Amino acid sequence: MKFGVVIFPGSNCDRDCYHVIKEVMKKPVEYIWHKENSVAAFDALILPGGFSYGDYLRTGAIARFSPLMSAVMDFAQAGGLVIGICNGFQILLEAGLLPGAMLRNSSLKFICQPVFLKTQRNDTPFTNKFKSGQVLKIPVAHGEGNYYCDPRTLQKMKDKGQILFSYCSAEGEDTMEYNPNGSLANIAGIMNEKGNVLGMMPHPERCSEEILGGRDGFNIFASMINWLEGVGE
Amino acid sequence: MLKANIYVTLKDGVLDPQGEAVKKSLKVLDYGQVNQVRIGKFIEVWLEGKDQAAALKELEEMSDKLLANPVIEDYRVEIVEVY
Repeated sequence: MKFGVVIFPGSNCDRDCYHVIKEVMKKPVEYIWHKENSVAAFDALILPGGFSYGDYLRTGAIARFSPLMSAVMDFAQAGGLVIGICNGFQILLEAGLLPGAMLRNSSLKFICQPVFLKTQRNDTPFTNKFKSGQVLKIPVAHGEGNYYCDPRTLQKMKDKGQILFSYCSAEGEDTMEYNPNGSLANIAGIMNEKGNVLGMMPHPERCSEEILGGRDGFNIFASMINWLEGVGE
Repeated sequence: MLKANIYVTLKDGVLDPQGEAVKKSLKVLDYGQVNQVRIGKFIEVWLEGKDQAAALKELEEMSDKLLANPVIEDYRVEIVEVY
């Protein structure tokens, strides 16, 4: 099993993701520069956070056309596990691998703080190590995490169970009051219909070890590993 | 050579936090008559060629692919100069 961490110009969470897979999860991992054009050597891909191409035009809009992205899209369409974190989520949206788009935070502020997330499902490649409804504390750090899609798409995602994480209180109450950025339906993370591509704004790689003040992110990577080893679901 | 202006605007119904903030600021400046502000992008493109119909087609393709995000934005292309 090998993980790949994609590096775009302006990615800045690539090393954190690499560190977590290698040192915390103890699994093989390699960086993949965005100019490469194959992901054949990998079983799971991480699109890390950061500011690819300086967020020029729209977040993720230019990275989405990096040479590697066509291989990432083929990989995802063939059922390969892909997780996009923060800017990685924005890139997945621009690439059309996930539905919707990101708008500026409703507060217009860059927010950098821990938030609570409700795990909506625990039968997926990304959440099989959690309890259903489990509340996680994971940090966000973004200026554009205000998720938007049209009402029909939102309904379809609800019907298909594509909303994996929603912003909530410490007790798991996912009302507007606990929404940090104006995101539609408190959406913090969504999957594609097939369930092999996850995009999330919070950063699990920043809280996978006790030394960082919490390890609620650990089980997202552990779930992926579980799934790849054929243990999950 | 041709020059085109491309206007990228948020679709109706898509919230515009920037526009809201600017509206509030205009109110503070005593422009009480302002009801709504929406902020978009204005993109100028210079391109080779003389064929306006062909250029328009290309510019629309560029807008669909990259310049605008069809989930949240509309766009309008105008060819404004032919050199």
